[in-house]
Amino acid sequence: MSISHSLVAEETLVSELDSAEETVLVALAGQPNVGKSTVFNVLTGLNQHVGNWPGKTVERKEGAFTHDGSTYRLVDLPGTYSLTANSAEEVITREFIIREKPDVVVAMVDAAILERSLYLVAELLPLGVPVVVGLNMIDVAEQEGFHIEPEVLEAALGAKVVPMVASKNIGVRNLVAAIGEVARGDYEYAPKLPEIRADHREVLAKIEELLEGCVPAPYPQDWVALKLLEGDRAITEMMQECLPEERWQAVQDVLRAHDDALVAVASGRYEWIGRMIRAAVTRPKPGQIGLTERLDRWATHPIWGLLILAAILGLTFALTYTLGAPLQDLLDTYVVGASADLARSWLAGVGAPAWLVGLVADGVIGGAGAMLTFLPILVIFFAVMGILEDVGYMARGAYVMDSFMHLMGLHGKSFLPLFLGFGCNVPAVLGTRVIESRRARLVTILLAPLVPCTARMTVIAFLAPAFFGSAATLVSWGMILLALLVLALSGVLINCLLFRGQRAAFIMELPLYHVPNWRTIGLLVWQRSLEFLRKAIVVILPVSVVVWALSVLPGGDIETSYLAQVGRWLEPVGGLMGFDWRLLVALLASFIAKENSIATLGVLFGTEEEAGLAATLAGTLSIPTALAFLVVQMLFVPCVATVAAVKQETGSWGWTLFNLAFLLVVSWGAGSAVYWLATWGGL
Amino acid sequence: MAIKNESDVCVELPPLPLPGSDTVPLSALRTGEQGVVATMAGGRGLLCRMTSLGFTPGVEVTVLQNYGRGPLIARVRDARIALGRGEARKIYVRKRSG
Repeated sequence: MSISHSLVAEETLVSELDSAEETVLVALAGQPNVGKSTVFNVLTGLNQHVGNWPGKTVERKEGAFTHDGSTYRLVDLPGTYSLTANSAEEVITREFIIREKPDVVVAMVDAAILERSLYLVAELLPLGVPVVVGLNMIDVAEQEGFHIEPEVLEAALGAKVVPMVASKNIGVRNLVAAIGEVARGDYEYAPKLPEIRADHREVLAKIEELLEGCVPAPYPQDWVALKLLEGDRAITEMMQECLPEERWQAVQDVLRAHDDALVAVASGRYEWIGRMIRAAVTRPKPGQIGLTERLDRWATHPIWGLLILAAILGLTFALTYTLGAPLQDLLDTYVVGASADLARSWLAGVGAPAWLVGLVADGVIGGAGAMLTFLPILVIFFAVMGILEDVGYMARGAYVMDSFMHLMGLHGKSFLPLFLGFGCNVPAVLGTRVIESRRARLVTILLAPLVPCTARMTVIAFLAPAFFGSAATLVSWGMILLALLVLALSGVLINCLLFRGQRAAFIMELPLYHVPNWRTIGLLVWQRSLEFLRKAIVVILPVSVVVWALSVLPGGDIETSYLAQVGRWLEPVGGLMGFDWRLLVALLASFIAKENSIATLGVLFGTEEEAGLAATLAGTLSIPTALAFLVVQMLFVPCVATVAAVKQETGSWGWTLFNLAFLLVVSWGAGSAVYWLATWGGL
Repeated sequence: MAIKNESDVCVELPPLPLPGSDTVPLSALRTGEQGVVATMAGGRGLLCRMTSLGFTPGVEVTVLQNYGRGPLIARVRDARIALGRGEARKIYVRKRSG
């Protein structure tokens, strides 16, 4: 079940430009937070395709633009700090450059963190593809007290340097011109390459000698030698296969004697960077404190930081309830409800058979339509996520929550995605993309369905007063606390069992704060929403039709349907909690959308009106059974939209099925425990 | 069901030169204190991450926030880096006086 090698249903990137002969292939590279996506969006506008890299769960964006009569195909490479194979992102970036040999690589760097962000440039130059450096955020750098002379840097590097403020569309034209100039070969590209630290030069030469003639094309030999010294796993494996046994042994001997080489290689790159920027940069006076550090005194403070985070989260919820929920109701009544009615009367009018009316009105519109009503809430959550990421707050939120998240073997970065789950589990699962470590990301995805989403809370809010009257608020809060407790315990459990308690290293950058770029955020919300809508049609629609069909076939009513038969068949399992088949069927029906539980109970208990249903349920079910039903409802398998998101983000059916099985066991276990405790306690 | 090819699951390297008596772990520096990195310990994955985020021997580090427990923030090569306490203990620095 390795996630790094799983197969993802790859979206074919329709590139009608592939065939055009004068197309210039441009790759966009850079460390995280350097404004890469801003540049990509400015250059390509809406002319972009979003998909996944083949076989990986890493997002791939491609777009096109024209300049001076030539067409440029722009591929956005994943943001990485280095090019050593530690995760899929680094491998994707370097393999693309080495194998596809783009005409130009644009390396975006952050002018305010010039030294550190040139580290990736030091890794890109030896790959032998012309590099154009986009010196972004010069305004922020000035503000922080840096003064940079791009011409001096350009002369030192021997590669084009274009000063930019991409968020304000400054310098983007010059960047395009520079790309064109380099692609046409009009620019005398003569980069000065970094060298390894002096004390390791001999070792490097010795390894190169041993590799001579054995490095497979198209990998550059000197680069392979360097990566071997750095202990790069993928390159080590490759060369072990390519080299004859005794030569590989010799290489191994050299490497073993120089196991500190990784640090020497990195030091060599920073020494080179030091030489490149020496003349070009005037640094701020010591003691000058920038805006970011002043803001961080509050945002990362152990107490104020938590309060600020709480305020942001509170605001998000307020927005969800004052804007999202009413919009959802409007959509439900006037779009979904109205179109179902319209379809019903129109189909009946033209004399369509009853099954077709049911299929269209209840199966298609009722099922997939219910998902669409979640769009307003999803948009709010996607936007909040996008804004927090874009202004640079996300990392601060992660920082202040780190100690708390440690308790469940996770680190701070998992907190915000999980929090989004309170709105809807779908953005929670998609939001895990901010977590770099594959393993931490996987655990967070597996835990996300345990966060009580608004749909589940709707069900609880309806059923709790029916069962418990004045104690309903207490019971509802109890359910939320229980769900969170189960989430924390599951986190500990998954970590111990699956990953033997190893915790991902917590080391991350706190980027500079900047003014949000609405274009970038807007595009992100647009793309995520579109993705959800596409999924609603491709995955959710067929599933809801199937579940609907199971609930009416063969007899036409739910009591004698296949779904009811499954419920009856499962009765021995539910019996441990006092569930009869009707409660089980209501749970199964909640797979389309959680609120379906109420509607299904309504049908099965023979009362269409909700008020009547509450009374009937209260009269039929014992207190322990009611409690257990609420618990299972909280912890049960998530809705089909969440399952689809889990499948997409893990890229693996194995992990998706594991997640479902895990939730089934957990909800059944917790439900039974509550039932027996309540019975034993004499409720 | 353990995941292979995972950056965090790293092969432990042989110990680096032992930190001298004049060095302290980065986690021991208080808010506002400065130091120069002497050595770094850890698996290959962690070392790679540390170096690519700016930590190499000889670089100057300023601790921007350290409350004595939980993660801390350090400035290195003009970037602000948050490190867990465990990670900060693996970076040994020579403390700068004043």
